[in-house]
Amino acid sequence: MSKSDPNAPKRLALIASKGTLDWAYPPFILASAAGAMGWEVGIFFTFYGLTLLKPKLSAAVTPLGNPAMPMKMPFGPEGFQNINWPIPQLIMANVPGFNALATTLMKQTFENKGVATVEELRQMCIDLDVRMIGCQMTMDVFGFKREDFIKECEIGGAATFLEYAADADVQLFI
Amino acid sequence: MDVIKEDQVLDCTGMLCPMPVVKTTKAMKELQSGQILKMIATDPGAPPDMEAWSRQTGNELLRSTTENGKFVFYLKKK
Repeated sequence: MSKSDPNAPKRLALIASKGTLDWAYPPFILASAAGAMGWEVGIFFTFYGLTLLKPKLSAAVTPLGNPAMPMKMPFGPEGFQNINWPIPQLIMANVPGFNALATTLMKQTFENKGVATVEELRQMCIDLDVRMIGCQMTMDVFGFKREDFIKECEIGGAATFLEYAADADVQLFI
Repeated sequence: MDVIKEDQVLDCTGMLCPMPVVKTTKAMKELQSGQILKMIATDPGAPPDMEAWSRQTGNELLRSTTENGKFVFYLKKK
């Protein structure tokens, strides 16, 4: 469907280029919200974003090189939870398992606050008929196969996405 | 204020964006045209989001109010 059809729904075209937990949220939140408003939605998963199409998601987050990330605890009294721990980057880099800890803490905080998991948001997108396109070139570069990804996605290249995005009302690179 | 009689209630208490919007869409699919959904939410982002959702989907937001500290929306299916 294209914009030459006046009755066509609005269209959102997203590029998801990052595969960490913090960056996994924006494309799935925007896509599910747009789908819920009756828009057509397509997401092109490229580079590290392609890993968001794996059946089992293992998205993690790191505060290393990510100085704006709040370092907060998801348990204890409210005043304790609101403390932003000033942990120097050099210390984070030298503590084994720090990324795993940060990932666990972020997941727990999100759950406590009532944010859906990335898996739930992706399933909502599937239920809302969001079109998901995995990048063929990224697959070739990193040695992925079609069966490494969920069956609901399709595989395509830049031209596939651009043709879809050309008729979109909103296009975002994430 | 007139009393609005809802046909269905959806409780989105404790859920954050985009869950209230997505759940509302799912619930509306179960209703017939003209029927009314009462949606309850606690996310402070819900009032502006439900107005936008209403404009985008064409389902009328009959009333947006608060009851017992919660946000309450009455939505009429188009």
